Amino acid sequence: MRESQILMGMNGDEAVAYATKQVNPDVVAAYPITPQTIIVERFSEYVADGEVETEFVPVESEHSALSSCVGAAAVGGRAFTATAANGLALMWEITYIASSLRLPIVMAVVNRALSGPINIHNDHSDSMGARDSGWIQIYCENSQEVYDACIEAWRIGEHPDVQLPVMVCLDGFTLSHTMENVLTLPDGAVEEFVGDRRFITVKGHMGEAELRLDPETPLSMGPFDLQDYYFEHKRQQVEAMDEALRVIPEVDAEFSKLSGRSYGLIHPYRLEDADIAVIGLGSTMGTVRYVVDGLRKEGVKAGLLKIRAFRPFPVEEIIEAVRDIPAVGVLDKATSLGAPGGPLYEEVKTTFYDESDRPLIADYIHGLGGRDASPSLIRSIFKGLEDIRSRGEVSEKVTYIGVRE
Amino acid sequence: MSEKPGWRELPRGAVSYKSTEEYETGDWGIQFPEIDHSKCTKCMLCHFFCPEGAIRVREDGYTEVDLKYCKGCGICAEECPAKCIKLVLKT
Amino acid sequence: MSGITLREAAKKPNLLAPGHRLCAGCDEPIVARLVLKAVRGPAMVTSATGCLEVATTIFPYTAWRLPWIHSAFENTAATASGMEAAWRAMRRKKKGPLAKYGTLDIIVFAGDGGTYDIGLQALSGALERGHDFTYVLLDNEAYMNTGIQRSGGTPRAASTTTSPAGSVIPGKKEWKKPIAEIVIAHEIPYVATMSAAWPLDMIRKAGKAFEVEGPAFLHAIVPCARGWRYPPEKTIEVSRLAVQTCIFPLWECRLEEGRPVYSLSAASTAIARRPESKRPVEEYLEVQGRFRHLFSPERRGDIIDGIQAWVDNRWRLLLEKAGL
Repeated sequence: MRESQILMGMNGDEAVAYATKQVNPDVVAAYPITPQTIIVERFSEYVADGEVETEFVPVESEHSALSSCVGAAAVGGRAFTATAANGLALMWEITYIASSLRLPIVMAVVNRALSGPINIHNDHSDSMGARDSGWIQIYCENSQEVYDACIEAWRIGEHPDVQLPVMVCLDGFTLSHTMENVLTLPDGAVEEFVGDRRFITVKGHMGEAELRLDPETPLSMGPFDLQDYYFEHKRQQVEAMDEALRVIPEVDAEFSKLSGRSYGLIHPYRLEDADIAVIGLGSTMGTVRYVVDGLRKEGVKAGLLKIRAFRPFPVEEIIEAVRDIPAVGVLDKATSLGAPGGPLYEEVKTTFYDESDRPLIADYIHGLGGRDASPSLIRSIFKGLEDIRSRGEVSEKVTYIGVRE
Repeated sequence: MSEKPGWRELPRGAVSYKSTEEYETGDWGIQFPEIDHSKCTKCMLCHFFCPEGAIRVREDGYTEVDLKYCKGCGICAEECPAKCIKLVLKT
Repeated sequence: MSGITLREAAKKPNLLAPGHRLCAGCDEPIVARLVLKAVRGPAMVTSATGCLEVATTIFPYTAWRLPWIHSAFENTAATASGMEAAWRAMRRKKKGPLAKYGTLDIIVFAGDGGTYDIGLQALSGALERGHDFTYVLLDNEAYMNTGIQRSGGTPRAASTTTSPAGSVIPGKKEWKKPIAEIVIAHEIPYVATMSAAWPLDMIRKAGKAFEVEGPAFLHAIVPCARGWRYPPEKTIEVSRLAVQTCIFPLWECRLEEGRPVYSLSAASTAIARRPESKRPVEEYLEVQGRFRHLFSPERRGDIIDGIQAWVDNRWRLLLEKAGL
């Protein structure tokens, strides 16, 4: 399949825009915020040059951006938006609503630190803040993953057993503004892969209808639930997330036939015989891989587990991958102020609590506000894990690494 | 609770699955209207003014109230130009 | 639909079914039903959070016999923008479930809460972008659904739960925000005010709004028996008084050659022609419990005169704009 793909130089934002161009959604409603701006700008150029048939809605805020996507998706269209940091914070209310309405909207989140203080650089505080909203969350390590995820996302969200919105997360500036090699599929291949949007059928008050607004089959969406129905509606969303654990690898298998690239839920690397390993999300894992290779050359049995799908959280896959590794460090690029540790750490620890085979787990909170995670910083984390492994205990459960004391 | 459907049976997307026509609000009010067709001028204003839409215009042009939904608000009687609608207390 | 007769309108289907749980005598379903009588073909509705939305869709029941969506409180105009944009895209692509509809009337129902205040941004954005939709403002002059709290649309001196008539401050201190003027300043094709007391006028204005290409804004005065405190059977009478005292005149404004052109509707033209028929605003205030403190324990002539002056000033301004 490689031959028919075209190698292009593009940064993460451009990869998002290009993939979305090829999908040609009905509506793109977006509001600019650094470092997502290139996505909206590039897409606007496609619109102005007639390269897409998308209706671009230059909304007046992020809250309206996602609201417009809700309207567009509710009437059966494909809707896309992109944002970062406080833009996501502003649309936070609507993220929950979009998920509860079961609308397969796709959104690119260019990870940036939440204010305050205001900071335009990369960390995961924004998308972590939305982790309970009922959106599928996929984290990307490089622009290739970004491009591929922005195509797969439509099929994942629109799958009849899922019907949930999807967030594709890419690190601000590190990925969004850095030029990389990206293998792109031909337009026709993307068009064929995403196909037409699929709808589930529901029984409404005026008969059976596809889950979309249409004058011929009227439905009422977004009702008022009292205490007697809300819980059941939420439970349905839980099931959808469970289904997504199965659907994401399925869609991925199909995509890999097309592209030669396969992703699934997690990316283990050199874990088979590892003594120490680092678990994390996003572009930092590229640096970790470089460090792992270096350590391996020195005889250190290091490995890494990159988690691609954070929501739904791939519990079984993570247990399988790292249960036998003596010491594991979790890289959190966000805090949960007042909590026992960072969000990823808490989920990994919870995952292993009931397991008889489980590693020693330590949290390394780093990179807040775009603080660089250099190879030497990662090396020091592996050194810390080596200490934990030899002592057989985690003396410092949570370390804030890279902050000036 | 046992009569209400479980989460597996409810339509996905939280779409409503019953019309309010199955919810009869006719027992709300303490009074109901009686239209005297001998005085009615067929102006149809009661049809337009009813908040429930419970007053329909018949083929012959006269209106009649659907007591399944009438809440007894009294707007029809108050507004009728011919003053041919009387509110009767329910017993 | 702009020239529809009452007889024809009576035959139109009732797109808001009975069995909803709005208060007995509520004006919102009256206005909603009248507006929906003007639906001329494929249509969809989006509602803001509020009395109408909540009481018509208590799960699992719904009163809406046409496609309907509620997403949130402050974003109805944005939701409508997305609905309209998707339809446009499908028409352009000649592909997608809505591509077959040559016309599609997208109707917003929102209260003063979701329009004057928290919804103003989304409304302004949607108007600026020029989407083809009709925004119906159901103005009951307070955040009624959450318990009668004041809004930007609450009139001066009205007692609400957050602007109560206390021993020191007699009700709301501020004047009603001129929402229709704000909308007109966005230079949209059609803006009109309406009252259910003139049902045919309302249906026709809705028809004109649907027919217009681009945004249309309909401002309905919607008396609330519970919040304004009068007996429910008086709803239409109170609505009528609002027009007859000119505190809420009926008019239309079209954008013609870049200029707003106002024309009074019959009920208000009649008053313009016979100024002696203009009723003192006191007659409107005294039938409502929310203004009771202006009459009891003593008549607050200072406040009532202030309100009358405000009404007279705005009425004069309107007459000037309408070229009368």
